[in-house]
Amino acid sequence: MRNPLRSEQEAFRWVLLTVAAFALIVIGGLINRWLGLAVFIAVIIVALWYMTRGREERPLPVRPAARPGENERRILVVANETVGGGALRNCIRKKSEGVQENVLVVSPSLASPMRHWASDEGPGRAEAQERLDASLALLRQAGISARGEVGDAEPLQAIEDALRTFGAEEIIISTHPEGKSKWLERGVVTEARERFALPITHVIVDVDEEREDLVEDD
Amino acid sequence: MAAAAEAHHGPPVAHQSSRVSREVLGMLLFISSEVMLFGAFFTAYFFVRVVNGYAWPPEGFHLPKFVAGVNTMILVTSSFTVHWALQSIRRGNRTGLQSGLVLTLLMGLTFLLTQIIEYARIGFAPHDNAFATIFFSLTGLHGAHVFVGLTILLFVTIRAFRGHFLPDHHHGVELAGIYWHFVDVMWIVVYSTVYLL
Repeated sequence: MRNPLRSEQEAFRWVLLTVAAFALIVIGGLINRWLGLAVFIAVIIVALWYMTRGREERPLPVRPAARPGENERRILVVANETVGGGALRNCIRKKSEGVQENVLVVSPSLASPMRHWASDEGPGRAEAQERLDASLALLRQAGISARGEVGDAEPLQAIEDALRTFGAEEIIISTHPEGKSKWLERGVVTEARERFALPITHVIVDVDEEREDLVEDD
Repeated sequence: MAAAAEAHHGPPVAHQSSRVSREVLGMLLFISSEVMLFGAFFTAYFFVRVVNGYAWPPEGFHLPKFVAGVNTMILVTSSFTVHWALQSIRRGNRTGLQSGLVLTLLMGLTFLLTQIIEYARIGFAPHDNAFATIFFSLTGLHGAHVFVGLTILLFVTIRAFRGHFLPDHHHGVELAGIYWHFVDVMWIVVYSTVYLL
């Protein structure tokens, strides 16, 4: 849905459209009352069409809220089921070498869309929190300074929310491999690259394979 | 690797998943409530004029369409100037920002003063009949909003002259602009329904 109050630019466009629409309504109404009513209804229909056709509208590009300190590297990690993956840990470790790392791990809530709309995200958030806690413990064991939070169920929204308070310099998105990942199927990584003006690293974590490796190591 | 985790102090962080920025959400909720407020007054207008079928304006009453029309032009033009002010600061043109805001303020003031003069000379009072009550209620409610908009614009203008706002940091101007455009849109609706139709 197109939001006319999203920006001043949009609001200004609405002023111009209102002027045009009411000029037509007034002209119609002065000619004939019923013609005025017909124009009014037509204007309402066009306005509704205009507002709803904006569903595909791209959100405004988001830039981080704060700037990192000297020699500090702020990394935003977004991962869901792969949050505890070894490949992800290795990637974070590599990027943290030689700098004072500040890592924020955001794990989108696992609530279904139905639960989101019913404001019943509790169980989904709790599940995501459990995974996140386990992952943070592993990162700290590996000597990486990290904190975490459960974000919005929509990964792009979770990134946007996190960027508003965390001045990340880069983003790491961790997903399952192609074919197993819902995020890849929905083009989350591609869309994130278009939407966020930051370098984005995509890490693929094959949880099943890592589990097999662990079994072999044992 | 050095430890640099940021400890969180104070109250828990608010859940941020509103899917719209706080400022825009605030303005959206505020303007939604405003639309409902105006809607209540328009409902009264609808009942008097359409449901009860009273003449609008009643015999012996006259609405100054021309003066209000000129006032409408002034207000619509002020939307252009506030838009210009914002475009200017986006390009780093501080003079444009300041000029745009001052012009908007002046035009808003002209609109309000013209409306006050119109009230003084219109020849009827709010307590005369339902038509007069609704006329003063709708235009007065809008006038009050213009006053609030002018107050906001005044603060934004003072800040602009004090060197606030940058090409990538001008949210104050943006929100004031959104409010001003809303006031403008509402006046177009009020002018069309009350004066012209």
